[in-house]
Amino acid sequence: MRARLLPHPLLTLLIAFVFVLLMNEVTPGVVVLGLILGLGIPLLTAPFWPGRPRLKAPLTIAAYALLVTWDIVVSNIEVAKLILFRRGDSLRTRYVCVPLELHTPEAIALLAGTITMTPGTVSADLSADGKALLVHCLDTGDAEATVAAIKARYESRLKRIFE
Amino acid sequence: MHPFLESLVAALILIGAFFLLVGALGLARLPDMMRRLHGPTKATTLGIGALLIASMVYFAAVRGSFSIHELLITLFLFLTAPVSAHMLAKAHILRAQAERDRLPATGTATGWATLDSGHPKGE
Repeated sequence: MRARLLPHPLLTLLIAFVFVLLMNEVTPGVVVLGLILGLGIPLLTAPFWPGRPRLKAPLTIAAYALLVTWDIVVSNIEVAKLILFRRGDSLRTRYVCVPLELHTPEAIALLAGTITMTPGTVSADLSADGKALLVHCLDTGDAEATVAAIKARYESRLKRIFE
Repeated sequence: MHPFLESLVAALILIGAFFLLVGALGLARLPDMMRRLHGPTKATTLGIGALLIASMVYFAAVRGSFSIHELLITLFLFLTAPVSAHMLAKAHILRAQAERDRLPATGTATGWATLDSGHPKGE
């Protein structure tokens, strides 16, 4: 019964929260309307959510968000330096292949997004079986070190959150 | 408005404008498509982030009310920027033969998803 009326409790909370942010005010009416939307939308869209990610360590997400925010700032400064002070063709640009230990699609999507937002790397493609990620590095001397850094810094944390 | 807040807002706007300019420069100056992707995906997120923080500080100081729209804009931007960059990269890999030759091996049983449906040949 609970699963039928509330197929996706996290999504319900998220929709209500985003709606309150969108209205830019916290009044009882807005919160109630947000909750109504939050209850209705998951019910209508439940068929599109065959699997639901389970969060093993929800608090780690906040720590992960802070880490990524910090890395975004650092990466912006690094990329800005590369663009301003280096000639384009002197950059040691190359692709690297990151073998994945994650299996949850949501976790892989989050990892790919994180890689794009952080120092000098853009995720370009996923292998057809979802076991390796193609990453384009703007400037790297040591491809193996880059892969190891991605796995240690982001993948291990995502693995703790999702799996 | 307090002079300190005023200079803070001014500094944030300048930082934001600087990083947006660098992102645009990267798009124009870098030599090939994949390298050009790096400018707009990264340099601009911090630029827009700084502008949005400036807007939050300004309206908090002037109106005395905290505005949260900016947080939402940041969230949507961080959700959409990597996805569009990923799709651009995939489209480029699909279209450019020279780019395909540069790709490393996947190290798994199948190829990269853009070029390989994941089914054995002949199916």
